[in-house]
Amino acid sequence: MTNETIISIRGLQTRFGATTIHDGVDIDVTQGEVMAIVGASGTGKSVLLRAILGLVPPSQGTIRLFGKQRGHLSAEEEDVLERRYGVLFQNGALFSSLTVAQNVMVPLREHTNLSPTLMSEIAAYKVAMAGLPRDACAKYPSELSGGMRKRAGLARALALDPEILFLDEPTAGLDPIGAAEFDNLIGDLQQTLGLTVVMVTHDLDSLYAICDCVAVLVDKRAIIGTIDELAANQHPWIHGYFHGPGSRVAAAGVSS
Amino acid sequence: MAGATNWITTRQSGGVTEVHLSGHWSLEDAGQIDAIASNMEITGSEAAVLDVGAIEYLDTAGAWLVEKLRRRLSSAEHTVPLRNVKPDHSVLLNLIGGLADGPAAEPPSYSALSAIAERTGRATMDVLAEAADLLNFLGLATVTSFRTLMRPSRFRLTSFVHHLEQVGLNALPIVGLLSFLIGVVLAYQGADQLRRFGAEIYTVNLLGISMLREMAILLTAIIVAGRSGSAFTAQIGTMQVNEEVDAMRTIGLDPMEVLVLPRAAALLVALPLLAVYADLMGLAGGALMSLFVLDISFTQFTERLKEVVPIWAFWVGLIKAPVFGFVIALIGCREGLKVQGSADSVGRQTTRSVVVSIFLVIVIDAVFSIFFSAVWV
Repeated sequence: MTNETIISIRGLQTRFGATTIHDGVDIDVTQGEVMAIVGASGTGKSVLLRAILGLVPPSQGTIRLFGKQRGHLSAEEEDVLERRYGVLFQNGALFSSLTVAQNVMVPLREHTNLSPTLMSEIAAYKVAMAGLPRDACAKYPSELSGGMRKRAGLARALALDPEILFLDEPTAGLDPIGAAEFDNLIGDLQQTLGLTVVMVTHDLDSLYAICDCVAVLVDKRAIIGTIDELAANQHPWIHGYFHGPGSRVAAAGVSS
Repeated sequence: MAGATNWITTRQSGGVTEVHLSGHWSLEDAGQIDAIASNMEITGSEAAVLDVGAIEYLDTAGAWLVEKLRRRLSSAEHTVPLRNVKPDHSVLLNLIGGLADGPAAEPPSYSALSAIAERTGRATMDVLAEAADLLNFLGLATVTSFRTLMRPSRFRLTSFVHHLEQVGLNALPIVGLLSFLIGVVLAYQGADQLRRFGAEIYTVNLLGISMLREMAILLTAIIVAGRSGSAFTAQIGTMQVNEEVDAMRTIGLDPMEVLVLPRAAALLVALPLLAVYADLMGLAGGALMSLFVLDISFTQFTERLKEVVPIWAFWVGLIKAPVFGFVIALIGCREGLKVQGSADSVGRQTTRSVVVSIFLVIVIDAVFSIFFSAVWV
């Protein structure tokens, strides 16, 4: 695995009207890394993710994915870029009028010209890879539980064999056991497929279980480090986050 | 991949079929590889081996194609082994190899004939269930109305006034304009036909009776169903999606009392008022047209109207208004409360709400017609 930088954010500033969300965020993500973005509510974690995905235009600064700068791409380059990452939105964001298998086939239909049989075979193993039972393929999103919907969303995100996987609060709304299973699933897939993962999360368990490094959003900037480095940081919010009541359990779960 | 088209080569060596795989096995070329692999001749009984050592690049789609080929070559007695697996490919091949086989289970499909039968049956049962359900809802609304009548302090006056403004006052421009135009059209067409018999003056009869008895109220009811009934469904449906209605129930608020009753009361009051307004605007349109086409002055028009149009024509129209209003409000609210799950459902129920209420308005209008003709002849 080469240690290439595949996401590079420099001096990012995002603003909504008079409110500045980010002011000078610098983040680098190297290939094969699992990076978590954490921060208090309202610090713009999801906005940062949406900025990287190109859904929110930054007011200043540059975002490069695979060395290509966002906002300076032709439609074809944009298209190629989109094939190289998959996104899991918070509630799966599955298309409600399509079955799970059809949902997974949407990116395949859009970006490849495979035969319907092959597409449905690919959809079937992606669904199985995401840990869903076989009969889930023919179900509609409204017939699935929250956890299953996330798994289906993950199957869709993986449809095109992306190199980067973006996750928005993957474990929010899951019970602790379900959340741990989901963490393991992502960890396994990351290792098997050699993915680079960027996730927005609140969940300390996820952090300890699968993340290599953490970007904490405080004071409109990002502070980046490994969990150990950040645990020693004296910033009040970071200190509170890593040494609060929930943190000891999560840390103990790892060391035991 | 240009050039590297030799994905699969077959060689015989000592009674064993060696299938050599090479090149890029990725999603990009999956279609071509799949076509080649499925056209490959399988010679049958003898043992085969899959050599994957020369594969340069492999992703999950490629791994699936390898696995698919392996399963096709294998038979019940003999599982084809993979040879020369590269270490970084083995994880992927093991992952895919361990998964259940076959294409995704599609929803079961039926023959066209049984599908038609099934859909007809389903639709019939749905209509019956719907009718029973509507009756149920009507009962519930009536009971809640009476309960609120007993304790008037529980009536949501603010909400009522708000909806009265929305469905009544704000509907005035559109209802007025359309009624006026329909009056114009009726007068013009009527005058055109009646002139052939020299009976132009009967245009006033035609206009007065049809406008007051049927046209104005039907037109108003249909506009209100499209404008306010759909709005009720969308409002309540969105609340349903956000679980606001459930939250209300847990707090001890009755959605029937809080959401349905103020809306129903507002339409009950607003629709008769709108109907009178539509009557006036329709007649005004007719009068204007009579002036231009038939040279009947406004004074003549009013005199003639008083002479030939009995007052009960006006009352027959007006009596229907509160009934239509109540029905439109009930359908709108009920379809809203039936929303479940997604935003998709809000759209579906809103469409339904408009269709069902317009349908019922016309059916009830027909029933009224029969009733009145039996009473007054």
